[in-house]
Amino acid sequence: MSESEIEADVTIDSRGAGCPGPLMDLIGKVKSADAGTVIELQTSDEGSKDDVPEWLDKAGHELLDVVDRGDYWSIYVQKV
Amino acid sequence: MTERIVIVGGGTGGTVLANRLTDELGDEIDAGEVEVTLVNETEDHVYKPVFLYVAFGQREVADAKRPLRELLDPHVDLRVDRVVGVDTDAKELTLQTGDTPMSYDHLVLATGARVTPGDTPGLVEAGHQFYNAEGAAKLRDALATFEEGHLVLSVIGSPHMCPAAPLEFVFMADEWLRERGRREDVDITYTYPINRVHGLESIAEWAKPRFEERNINYETFFNVEEVDPETKTLHTMEGSELDFDLLVAIPEHSGDQLVIDAGLGDQGWIAVDKETLEATEAEDVYAIGDTAEIPTSKAGSVAHYAAGVVADRLAATVRGQLPTARFDGKTMCFIESGMDSATYVSFDYENAPVVRDESTFVHWAKLAYNESYWLTARGLL
Repeated sequence: MSESEIEADVTIDSRGAGCPGPLMDLIGKVKSADAGTVIELQTSDEGSKDDVPEWLDKAGHELLDVVDRGDYWSIYVQKV
Repeated sequence: MTERIVIVGGGTGGTVLANRLTDELGDEIDAGEVEVTLVNETEDHVYKPVFLYVAFGQREVADAKRPLRELLDPHVDLRVDRVVGVDTDAKELTLQTGDTPMSYDHLVLATGARVTPGDTPGLVEAGHQFYNAEGAAKLRDALATFEEGHLVLSVIGSPHMCPAAPLEFVFMADEWLRERGRREDVDITYTYPINRVHGLESIAEWAKPRFEERNINYETFFNVEEVDPETKTLHTMEGSELDFDLLVAIPEHSGDQLVIDAGLGDQGWIAVDKETLEATEAEDVYAIGDTAEIPTSKAGSVAHYAAGVVADRLAATVRGQLPTARFDGKTMCFIESGMDSATYVSFDYENAPVVRDESTFVHWAKLAYNESYWLTARGLL
């Protein structure tokens, strides 16, 4: 378990959803957000730790941090 | 005092539930102790899976529709009206017609999903879809005259109704065009938002080699941001572009505005306990079918099985018992893999789908089920 100093503008709670739910939730939010918005994606699906950075790399948005919260992960993303 | 169960929505979930409830609670209804009311906007029940076949000229739009009253047990009080407000504190519904609110003791929202192509700039002007009667009929006419060019099936919205439908469409289109001698003049491309060709991994693994065998192109991590109707080009969030001559989209989806207005879910999907199907934001409210936000597919089978669980829970509750029925996420989907072969998958919250090899037998089983669906709606199958 670790903490993060990052303050998100928007939080998406995708805990409990299986793949590809969390990634699709994030993509939907990135689509409608303004550039610079910091998004926290909360996911209990371990696959998100790979899928999300891979998509961010492809789409050109920034991965700020991945924080292990014990029973879920917080993935911090900034829309470029 | 009469206990009142109100169901909003006469699709698969609402119709099966109403019939199962009257089956389980027939004596209580006859004694005036329980009432089951179903409110639906129109007089018809629509079975949407028929529309895929309409696009290929194999079924007619009228085949998807039957009068709801004919499908419902006579004990069900059917109201044809639009619910425009839900007050879960006062336990009242506001209807579009009439001045008096409709009160309930137990509410089940089965308000479904609809496509919202207007959410993607340019899609209404340039794209087709097969999720409703009008769209399927227009697509049938477009396919009938499509002799050559680039056919693109793009999955834009996710989650969407019937997770198998996009794959089914391209496999059917491939064979349908071959049968008409047009396939050599038509390129087919399938696009999907994530990094494989389907959300469910085993289905993606089944589909990918079949795409390659049949010369169906695919693009992944492909999230359409806008469609240019002038140049007939898709533009994605990932910065790529794809030209098309005929675009068939799985558009964005949303739940009913009513759900959003009632504060039960931002996009019209209602947050529920995935096993009890009780809404997490309101008392004595259940959600079933596409509108329920649960970690499985938006499929008719889910609505059907969930309706049985809620019928059992409500019947126990009105009898003063502790409801024990639980939904395990049971989902069953047929997947057409051409014009005369199909496979199927079944899975639940704990068990991932296993895809069997396709066969002609399963294709006929799917068509036979589509015919016998009307028995499902009646609560018999």
